[in-house]
Amino acid sequence: MSAVSGGTTAGGGGIGGRARGLVAEMGVPRLLIAGFVVALFATAVATHMDLGSLVTDSIVRVARNGILVLALLPAIQGGVGLNFGLPLGVICGLIGCVYVLNAGIGGVAGLAAATGIGVALAIPVGIGYGWLLNRTRGQEMMVGTYLGFAAVSGMSIFWLLAPFTNPTLVWAIGGKGLRTTLAMPLDSTKVLDRWLQFTVAGVTFPTGAMLAFLGLCALVSWFFRTQMGITIAAARSNPRFARAAGISDERTRVQATVLSTVLAAIGIVIYSQSYGFVQLYTAPLLMAFPAIACILIGGASVTRATVAHVIIGTILFQSILTTALPVTSQVIEGDISETARLIIQNGMILYALTRMGGTRE
Amino acid sequence: MTADPVAAGPASRGKRRGLGTRITNQAVPILFAVLCLFGIGVAKITPPFLIGELLVRVGRNSVLVLALLIPILAGLGLNFGIVIGAMAGQLAAILVVHWGGKGIGGFGAAWVLATPLALLFGIATGMLFNKAKGREMVTGLIAGFFANGLYQLLVLFAFGSLIPFHDPGMVLPQGYGLRNTVDLTSIQYAVDDLIRLRVPLEGVETRVPVVSYAVVLAFCLFTMFFFRTKLGQQFRAMGQDPHVASIAGIPVDRNRLIATVLSTLFAAWGQLLFLQNIGTMNTYSSHEQVGMFAIAALLVSGATVTRATVGQAILGTILFHTLFIVSPLAGKALAGDAQIGEYFRVFVAYAVITVALVLHAWQVAREARE
Repeated sequence: MSAVSGGTTAGGGGIGGRARGLVAEMGVPRLLIAGFVVALFATAVATHMDLGSLVTDSIVRVARNGILVLALLPAIQGGVGLNFGLPLGVICGLIGCVYVLNAGIGGVAGLAAATGIGVALAIPVGIGYGWLLNRTRGQEMMVGTYLGFAAVSGMSIFWLLAPFTNPTLVWAIGGKGLRTTLAMPLDSTKVLDRWLQFTVAGVTFPTGAMLAFLGLCALVSWFFRTQMGITIAAARSNPRFARAAGISDERTRVQATVLSTVLAAIGIVIYSQSYGFVQLYTAPLLMAFPAIACILIGGASVTRATVAHVIIGTILFQSILTTALPVTSQVIEGDISETARLIIQNGMILYALTRMGGTRE
Repeated sequence: MTADPVAAGPASRGKRRGLGTRITNQAVPILFAVLCLFGIGVAKITPPFLIGELLVRVGRNSVLVLALLIPILAGLGLNFGIVIGAMAGQLAAILVVHWGGKGIGGFGAAWVLATPLALLFGIATGMLFNKAKGREMVTGLIAGFFANGLYQLLVLFAFGSLIPFHDPGMVLPQGYGLRNTVDLTSIQYAVDDLIRLRVPLEGVETRVPVVSYAVVLAFCLFTMFFFRTKLGQQFRAMGQDPHVASIAGIPVDRNRLIATVLSTLFAAWGQLLFLQNIGTMNTYSSHEQVGMFAIAALLVSGATVTRATVGQAILGTILFHTLFIVSPLAGKALAGDAQIGEYFRVFVAYAVITVALVLHAWQVAREARE
């Protein structure tokens, strides 16, 4: 952890009063994390690592994970808070992926079909989830977490029993039950990442996937300027006033949850094509936590988030996750990146939880 | 084993408690028992086998479940942070094995060593809970993950590098960081076999861990006694209405801290009791699921987020572990695949917790509206 403290003194000290203002504005954890990123890249430069591949990997991971982070935004804006139930949407997207793989639809058509199925499933799931969250107000985070856990473990039984027959997907022995990790066929792997892909100064840019991420960011941003979006945000910031204006916040919260679940379904399809594998069984179990850490690192709170928070947070956190392993292995033996991820990710969520204010008591 | 209800929630609930909740309170254990009986029938499990297995599992898991009761009484809900207490127990076990502790002496040393660690961790967790009032459960869950990161940093990186720790049998070949498993055979059965008792069950000599059950009983009695003390009554008042309790002069924040510390301490001791029976420790994962399994076990008895008794803790442990023994065997008998049974029991654990959380939140939300 010495790298963390080293990064802060380098980033925050020296300028006195103005620095203190900056600290107050950005928050200590965010500065620490930004300092950590700077320190990681500085170490990479100092040890003459291949900076191009580090940056490439970071960009690929931003595009890969971005939509899953974006999926949290409507829930926060809609007053549902941090959507720990993200795996519910992820499962919908996974079903789409598995269906497409089983049917052998490859390339762009497969991507579109998987997304379509994922979204079609995510809408009713989101409605049900939103309905439940309306009835469990004040405990949305806990209910979401465990509903997600239960759904993931319940789906594990489904993956094992579902009547998929494609021999490339099921276990070779016994001939039934999906494998834990399904490899995508070559024409589907990175189908978006490869679209308009170009290389500048040793940095390869996955244009298609990045456009999908930024495009959806723009779409969500636009949505919150439409009447429906404004209504959702208004009901969150002042439910009583909204009710006086004839807006039911129960309804807007369901809308926000549906949007969040749908984006999670799209997000996992984009994630899987970029990763090249569809991960089933317990893989989605903990997916909400890194995504939540991303949006919080970007500057979001439990009650307010913007698209900028999504983009900045994803860049910062995914850069750490990508560079921590190769960079720290230059300095010390062993893989400290997973440990660092646990501490940063959960430390950030804890920080947000203790600063929510306004107890329910 | 019938103790008073730990906390009845807001006083008005007694009368108006929804029919749904009243049914589910009884329905959950009944449903669970039916599920277990069905599994026993399908897998053709013989009573001696089941009793032998249960004897082991209830003996080693009960204290971890009992650790949940005091925070529930104090209105903190289910303490997902007991994982942190389990880590304290494991750190103590690592050190004692390293120093060559053996038998009951070694176990006692671990027990003593775990105490200050658990106190420290409990105070830290309690302070965190006081900063996140009303969100203790999710905070405890995330705090467990966070502490796991710190635990890894300590055990995987600091041991043998920053902290002098040289033991080729325990440290990874690179010279620092502990191996994936710590061999605890030197303290295995230290408590279980303190008074040796073997009972033949269908010709198989079955170990009866008399002393472990005495320890469990001691924890049960302490918890029941604690509920009746002045402090216990204060906790109950806080659990019913923290605002009123605070006006009545009860030091709510301090008491919440004490409740968390006691729970963490119980968890550390409970984890040690668990480990001495298993005899081997997965350095990086033995503690991870302690919270989930203890909480699920408590909830299958019909206990809720605001109300749990000692009797329910024991009943829940028995029921939950029956399902744990039965479900892989039933899965194998039904679908020819033990894996299904294993997924099923994890699903049941999560589903039970989800249902309990939903019912609790539903009730709180309805009361807030009225």
